[in-house]
Amino acid sequence: MPDIRAGDFLMSVFILILALLVIGLAGFVLCRARAVASVQGNVRQLHSLPGYHGWHGFIMGVLPGLAVLVLWVIAQPMVIERNLSNYFPTAQFEDAAQRTLLMADVRRVAAGLDTAVARGAMNAEESVTLSTDTGSVRDRLASVGVALGAEVTPQVLEAAQAYRAQAATGALWRTVLTLAVAGVAFLWALRLTQGEFRARNRVETVILGLLMLASTIAILTTIGIVLSMLSETIRFASMYPIADFFFGLTWSPNFQGNSELGLLPLLWGTLYISLVAMIVAVPIGLFTAIYLAEYASARVRSVVKPLIEIIAGIPTVVFGLFALVTVGPLIRDWLAVPSGLGSSGSSVMTAGLVIGILNIPFISSLADDIINAVPQSLRDGSYGMGATRSETVRQVILPAALPGIVGAVLLAASRAIGETMIVTMGAGAAARLDLNPFEAMTTITVKIVSQLTGDTEFNSPETLVAFALGMTLFVITLGLNVFALYIVRKYREQYE
Amino acid sequence: MTDATAGGMSAGPDRRSASLLTADPLMRRRNAAETRFRLYGVAAIMISLSMLFIMLWTIFSDGVSAFRQTSLTMAVTLDAERLDPQGNRARDDMMKVTTIGYTNLLNDALKSYMEARGIDTGEVSDRELSAFISRDTPAQLRNQVIANPDMLGQTIEVKGFATGRIDGYFKGRVTRETAQVDTNISVAQLELADQMREAGILTVGFNWKFLTNTDASDQRPEAAGLGIAIIGSAYMMLLVAVFVLPIGVAASIYLEEFAPKNRWTDLIEVNISNLAAVPSIVYGILGLAIFINFAKFPQSSPLVGALVLTLMTLPTIIIATRAAIRAVPPSIRDAALGIGASKMQTVFHHVLPLAAPGILTGTILGLASALGETAPLLLIGMVAFVANYPSGPLEGGMLEPATALPVQVYSWASRSDPAFIERSSGAIIVLLAFLLVMNIIAIVLRRRFERRW
Repeated sequence: MPDIRAGDFLMSVFILILALLVIGLAGFVLCRARAVASVQGNVRQLHSLPGYHGWHGFIMGVLPGLAVLVLWVIAQPMVIERNLSNYFPTAQFEDAAQRTLLMADVRRVAAGLDTAVARGAMNAEESVTLSTDTGSVRDRLASVGVALGAEVTPQVLEAAQAYRAQAATGALWRTVLTLAVAGVAFLWALRLTQGEFRARNRVETVILGLLMLASTIAILTTIGIVLSMLSETIRFASMYPIADFFFGLTWSPNFQGNSELGLLPLLWGTLYISLVAMIVAVPIGLFTAIYLAEYASARVRSVVKPLIEIIAGIPTVVFGLFALVTVGPLIRDWLAVPSGLGSSGSSVMTAGLVIGILNIPFISSLADDIINAVPQSLRDGSYGMGATRSETVRQVILPAALPGIVGAVLLAASRAIGETMIVTMGAGAAARLDLNPFEAMTTITVKIVSQLTGDTEFNSPETLVAFALGMTLFVITLGLNVFALYIVRKYREQYE
Repeated sequence: MTDATAGGMSAGPDRRSASLLTADPLMRRRNAAETRFRLYGVAAIMISLSMLFIMLWTIFSDGVSAFRQTSLTMAVTLDAERLDPQGNRARDDMMKVTTIGYTNLLNDALKSYMEARGIDTGEVSDRELSAFISRDTPAQLRNQVIANPDMLGQTIEVKGFATGRIDGYFKGRVTRETAQVDTNISVAQLELADQMREAGILTVGFNWKFLTNTDASDQRPEAAGLGIAIIGSAYMMLLVAVFVLPIGVAASIYLEEFAPKNRWTDLIEVNISNLAAVPSIVYGILGLAIFINFAKFPQSSPLVGALVLTLMTLPTIIIATRAAIRAVPPSIRDAALGIGASKMQTVFHHVLPLAAPGILTGTILGLASALGETAPLLLIGMVAFVANYPSGPLEGGMLEPATALPVQVYSWASRSDPAFIERSSGAIIVLLAFLLVMNIIAIVLRRRFERRW
């Protein structure tokens, strides 16, 4: 039950944050009152409005303490891990993979001891003095309902006990230091507060800093995505030959080892399904956009456009169920079985068709915008030459809008490639290199889900391959997006 | 192009003599092409709309029946000797009687109740008769009796679910034809079910428990409900709103009002537009690697789900919020700056309140898309079977395992019993109802408060 430990930790941090907020609130009230009192209630003599003095007190009460807290929470596990190194042979600790495993063991045993104490099955003293000499620790913990995978070695037990002790002292110091820093900053703010103090400038600087911080979260997310996948992909590459991954023709993961983890069948399935989806979505989406932009009256447009956009608002899992329950059996019974091409409900056709439907509104609304952006003068010129509407669309508007439409199609293709729920429920799980669209095939996203669901121990190539797959998917979709945005942007410049 | 009419358009020798009012063959062809082109457009719209309606219609027709459920009502004498063999009414001793003991009691009770009501069970064997009672009923009864031992010895009326196949018979999912090939149900049982319905033992009514019950195991689809999924989704939406609104607004304000035009700002902009198009499953990988594996947050918890969904919806919300801020005319800013407000005061006192309806609309729509998201939640373990309700939001319920509405749809759809497809569609109806409400709120907000400058 490692959850209990994490839960306790988060609760204690949460309470500490609440305490900081209380200090901040006191800072607001006291600093505001002190500022007003320093000018005998004549607020006009203050440099900043009383509220700014209050906010200054609040910020001083909360932010420094919070900064200490955050740093501490990040640093503590690293420090403890380094301190524990003398419980293990150096060689074991040098190797990164082994160290991760050892630390996971230590944490699990420590959490087990915590749980045992929390449930009253072991008193606090016993948990500290417990040793492997007096019998199996695993059995002891199992008897109070804490299941451990393997027998506990003496080193791990000692390290776990040290871990618990250090974590407890760490938690104590964390609280003391955070509150102390918050208190000092609070008193300092109180001392600074007087009539001439430029509270507004300071508050505004802090707010600007916070705004800036919020805007960097986008960059942090990207870094997080790349780092988390890259590090695990590198670990995967150290366990499995990366050339076999990229060029292997077989996908047969086997948790006992000897797996063949070739990307190509998955990539083929992904591209094939996306191709079917685009064959469905591009003509329908494009004709919808042309009709709405060039033919439909304002009234028809105001009804049809929102209706089409409803499709985009429906969760993909709904499309997945539709593929599984309705489209799959329909295609199997009316197309696949009569033509003798297959007998599977889940197939490339099923998933492709449904992803195609999902992508119609995406293509149609992007193309609609692009067609509307074509200047009216081009149309007028064409009509003036005696061209009919369809001739104008085909020979003037579409060529003018082509780069934008290509961009929209590429964006839609990247969405089809990254789509997960519809293929998980409608395409099947068999990795296959085949041309028959009525056969079940599988995609990169399906395999990411199936290799990672319910698994958090990342130490076999069979689970780590999911990160390599994720990285591949990320690179493909990112490439398509960047290319599409480049085309769209380049096109827009022409008429602005 | 000057000779276009002379060279390109005149197709036949009789062209010059024809009247403008009667179409020549070329014109007729061009007009036919025009009509065809127009029809393609109409057909495209018809296809997409009919797909939408077929999909919604099949989901609704499959799912509506999840809200009705067949119940089995009978009189049961709670035999004290069987349920409390020690006779001391002690909780620990009564706990020793397992659900199987209660199952047997209920089976016997149903048999004698049928005899008392004068219904001939005919060919239906005792084992087949006991298959009428949901496996959920004995567990419920056991909990009731253990909570209240005084019930022992009394004859009470027990109302529980009938099993999924019987329920399916009254809903038309199971028919006599399918029963002939189904090993779990026989035609004789269905005939008996008809008699029992006439006698009022089996009743079909509205099923509140579908909205409140926890998920149930494969063997008892009739008892499965959405309780935990609704709580989990509600917790996540709450947290996502709390995280995403301040961060999204702050980032948008900075980028629209304060950011200098430089490389760093460009980098942020490029990042935001690219993140908006990253497949959602990649965010699931991120959540698994960073929040669960690195930060050790509890698996399957609404907190982790909310963090992942926050990162996922943040780009779209920033894009919407920036559009709302940009829509506030510069004259407002100039006026505020002109009477001596600082830049920060201008933004927070004037621009932000005017942009608020637009920001809220965008945020609600972002939340709606987060509510329907499934793939990243599968990776952070929300697909696991959760048996207990999470506790209240202030008691750490957001750190306990839960599931979410769209994930429940998926996990029911992947089970083998067709009764779960009905549940799955029913869950979609609930999900779509929530989405509809959120979208209506967004539309009303926009209509009511949006200003055109």
